[in-house]
Parts: sequence; structure tokens; C-alpha cells
Amino acid sequence: MTQSKSLLGTLWTERGSRAFYAVLLLAAVLVPVLNLGVAESSALHVPTYTVALLGKYLCYALLAIAVDLVWGYCGILSLGHTAFFALGGYAMGMYLMRQIGTRGVYGDPLLPDFMVFLNWKELPWFWHGMDTFWFAMLMVLLVPGLLAYAFGWFAFRSRVTGVYLSIITQALTYALLLAFFRNEMGFGGNNGLTDFKDLLGFDLQKPGVRVALFLASALALGLAYAACRAVIASRLGRVIEAVRDAESRTRFIGYRVENVKLWVWVFSALLAAVAGALYVPQVGIINPSEFAPIGAIEIVVWVAVGGRGTLYGAALGALLVNYAKTWFTGALPEVWLFALGGLFVGVTLFLPQGIVGLIAQLQARLRRPAPPKEASA
Amino acid sequence: MRGTQRQYLGRRSSQPKVDIANNIILYVEDVSVSFDGFRALNHLNLYIEVGELRCIIGPNGAGKTTMMDVITGKTRPDSGSAWFGQTIDLLTLSEPEIAQAGIGRKFQKPTVFPNHTVFENLELAMAGTRSPWRLLVARLDGEQLDRIAEVLRTIGLADRRDAIAGSLSHGQKQWLEIGMLLMQDPQLLLVDEPVAGMTPQETERTAELLVSLAGTRSVVVVEHDMDFVRSIARTVTVLHEGSVLAEGSIDDVQANPRVVEVYLGE
Repeated sequence: MTQSKSLLGTLWTERGSRAFYAVLLLAAVLVPVLNLGVAESSALHVPTYTVALLGKYLCYALLAIAVDLVWGYCGILSLGHTAFFALGGYAMGMYLMRQIGTRGVYGDPLLPDFMVFLNWKELPWFWHGMDTFWFAMLMVLLVPGLLAYAFGWFAFRSRVTGVYLSIITQALTYALLLAFFRNEMGFGGNNGLTDFKDLLGFDLQKPGVRVALFLASALALGLAYAACRAVIASRLGRVIEAVRDAESRTRFIGYRVENVKLWVWVFSALLAAVAGALYVPQVGIINPSEFAPIGAIEIVVWVAVGGRGTLYGAALGALLVNYAKTWFTGALPEVWLFALGGLFVGVTLFLPQGIVGLIAQLQARLRRPAPPKEASA
Repeated sequence: MRGTQRQYLGRRSSQPKVDIANNIILYVEDVSVSFDGFRALNHLNLYIEVGELRCIIGPNGAGKTTMMDVITGKTRPDSGSAWFGQTIDLLTLSEPEIAQAGIGRKFQKPTVFPNHTVFENLELAMAGTRSPWRLLVARLDGEQLDRIAEVLRTIGLADRRDAIAGSLSHGQKQWLEIGMLLMQDPQLLLVDEPVAGMTPQETERTAELLVSLAGTRSVVVVEHDMDFVRSIARTVTVLHEGSVLAEGSIDDVQANPRVVEVYLGE
């Protein structure tokens, strides 16, 4: 464990970050050029469908680094980050619903279609103000942030840790799933929010807008990554890792562990919320299934596959597993869940450090081809 | 009085002052703790003077570790009281609050942070900033770096500064943990079996260090190694079945027939 940390730490952390930024920058340049600048007939053309798909992957990568920050660095295995992701998504969805205006099926200037369908006469109080972009964006952060704060405050103060904490995070997202299924909640029930038209006046179906959303996702991912790196490199970062490795020892040298955990937890929830808000306009729908506990477990699989406690590994894992998911659900849909389960078991057994750990190991082996010689020297 | 206190303890301003008007830093009075009917501590009374080096000995199950747990806030007693100086009621404070008030503890099993470097372990333990927001932007200033360098020299790990703590030998981990205790700059140090697993040379250096610390701070050492106790202690307290059996100089205690009975009778 210690050796791999020094290995990852000295050889890979910086290099992995550089590779991460390079790939992200390359994608941010190439994808728009190949979509907008290359003729559709050309083999190099990237269809708009793919741009949206890649944008979705970037949101997943952002969600994955949020989970890696709490799990890989602070030891909190969250199986409920879908809650923050979906709440951020719903806040964005509410803004997009309010932008539809009279273009809805029922043409009501104020009420979204599902409310007209349910025969509601006026807008629920929590839908007010959601037609204003800045206010909706504030809610994207505020609602998941406050939920994370309240949840974390109670959980960490009562010193709920390990499996028990993971289970209550599952319960949190499951409770929200059930609540959002209900029509009376005022979020479109089972169907959720969809049929979006435009964002800040830009038509969501236009390729240029798709590319802009893709770029916004890439920018958010890059900034979030840099922010997480800065947190980890700070003295707070060292305390966060100390909590992961020896929680009660950290307490005995005078740190309020619950405050440290709460800080990382809320920060991570905010990143997940931003990911959700960017995700919704690109996939065009938000419904309660985004709260599903299985989704939260999938995020943990992404992080484990990529390599936890590295951030770039989490982003890589999110990309690879979701690419595999897209492929499987197209080609062999009934096999996907087995493949996911097998992947998790396989990684846990054979690749405890994930793919980036494997790469670091292989590199180390290549660098010193004859270990016995080195031992004698 | 105030001036002499300052000088005596060499305190940092960041920590609350401990009122030691009666020259006693720790009061443990009539403390009882039971676990499932087993009386770990039975009306225990213990007073530690300012600057004193006290050794606590006793057979297994005498309540030594439970006593430390009560003082550091890990275990709440069923009855009794524990005060740090005249004004700080330890039974109302949490573990981090007690640590910040100026009581440092070294555990029996060395518990350093295994994935951090030696330097980072000391930095983590350093007295001062504990709030997440401030730690996010905090940088070590020259004085703090000097302090860490000084402790690195004291514990003999200056050349292992950037080594991962998990890779240290057992004795080095014990030393690192003592170093972390020094970084906390406590007024009262609770040290549980500091020389377990140490070589004779390391034991000797540990004895020297603990003796040098006493005077400026109060030190309570729990130890089984009687030679070690003899080499450092002026006053020895013998615990048995959760209360004090005898107290005095090492020779008095070893000559005490009840102590002999407890140790040899088993």
C-alpha cells in the first residue's frame, strides 16, 4: 500500500494530471472542429449525436471525480451521489421547462405541460423564480448543497462510518427516488421533465449549441479537477487523507473529524450537482430514475475501475465504463448488468489500484527490467 | 503568578490557558467506570503536579488504559470528576477539544499516519489551525518549519524527513509518535508504553527525552518495564483493580508488601 502510494505519488500524480489536461484540451478542440468544420460527408465528421454523447460522458467524469474525492481521499464510500446529481439536474430541468412557455403541447404560458395534464391551476411555490437563469443556477448549487450539509451534519456527528454510512446514503437517494415518482411532488412524477426547447434563448437542437454545452462540460470538468487537486495539495488535503487512514488518531491530535468530513462531503455534492445541471440539457430529460440506487453504485464501479484516489483514474473509469455501457446496451442489452457486476468483482480481485494502478505497475516493471540486479546494487 | 506560569510552561498563545494556581495540572477524583458489570476503574483518585514526571504501573486489567481514555475523552466515567487545572472540566469536552486544550496522548501501539511522510505527520500534529477553511489556504511559515526541523532532530528522524511513515521501523514509529506529541505542544503528555519493542539504545534515548520534557510539561507514563521506570521516575503510582494501591518513590513502592503480593501473587 505504502509503496504503491509512493509510486503513484511520485511517478504518476503529476504525469496523470498532465495527461488528463492534455486529453481534455484535445477533445475540446477536436470535437467542435470535426463537428462544425468538417463536411457531413467526410469520414472525419463527428455527428452531433456523438457530441452530445461525449458531453454526457464528461458530466459522468465530473460526477466520478466528486465521488473519488470523498471515497478515494476521505474514505467515505458514498452510494448516494446520484441524489446530488439528480437534484442539480432537476433544478436545471425546471429552468428549461419554464423556458418552453406557450410552445408546450397545451400552450399554457405559465404552467408546464404535466401540470396542465394534472389539472393544476397555479404554479407551485417552488417553481417560482425558476424561469430566471441566475436564480435557477443558484438553486442548482443551493438545494443539493443544503441537503448534503444537513445529511452530513447528522451522519458525521453521530460518527456513522463504513458500511452503515454507505447504506444510509443509499437510503437517501432511494427515498428521493420514491418521492419524485409521486405526481403530487410537482416534478412531473414518473415522466420527469422533458421536451426542452432552449437555454438562454439558444435552441438546444442546434449543433452549435450542442458543441457549446460540450465545451461548458469540458470547462467544468477541467476546473473541478484543478479545484480538487488544489484541495488535496493543501494542508486540508493532508488532514482529509489522515481521516481516511486513522480517523480516531486524527481526533486525538485535535481535529474535529466531523467538520473535515462535512467540508469534503458538501464540496463533492456541489460538484455532483454541477455535473447533473450540465447533463440534463444534453440528454434532454430528467426523471426519477436518475436517483436510482443502482446508478450510485455504478459511479463507484467507474471510480474503482479507473483507480481510486487519483482523480484522473476516476475520470478515465467513467469514460471507459460508459463507453462499454453504450456499446453493450446497443449490441447485447441483456448482458450489460452481468458485465458491470463482473467488472466490479474482477477489478476488486485483480486490480485493486484500477487501470491507472496497472499502468503505473507496468511502467515501473519496464523501467527496471532486472530486479535482482538492483537489489544487489 | 501569571508571569511565572507563562515562563514555566512556554505556552503558545493559540491554546487556552490552564489555571494551575494550586500547582496541580490534573485532578482525577473518585472516578468509576464499568463495562458490562466489570469495574475497570473503582473510585480512582489521581493528582498530577505541574512539571512532574509520573509513572503508572500495575498488572494487566488494573485500569491504566481506561484511565487514559477517561482523561482524553474517549470513555465517559459513570461517576467522579476529571479536571485539567482549576477550570477545565474534561468530562464536558470532546476528544479534539481536550487535545486542543493541551493534553497529548501517545498510544500503546504506535499509530502514525502510514501514507503520509514523516514531515507531514509532524505537520498534521502541529498545534494551531484546525478549521477546514483556514487549513485550505494555510501555508507553513518560517517559524513553523523551524519547529518541525527542530523536532525532527530531537527524534532523530531528520534524514527520514520525506520517508513514508508506514515504511519506518517499529522504534522509529514510536519516536515519530513522540515527535507528533511534541508538535502538539501539550502541557500534559500521556504516554502509554513508550519503549515497547525498542532496542536498549532507543530505550535509553527515550528515557532521556522524557526526563528532559518533565519540568516544562507534566508527563504521565504507563510502562511495564521496571528498569525503565526506575531510570526515569521520581514518583510511581501502582494501580490495582481500578484504584490506587500504592504511591511513592520506586524503592518505597517495591518494598510495599501489598504491591509485592499483587505482582508476585499471580
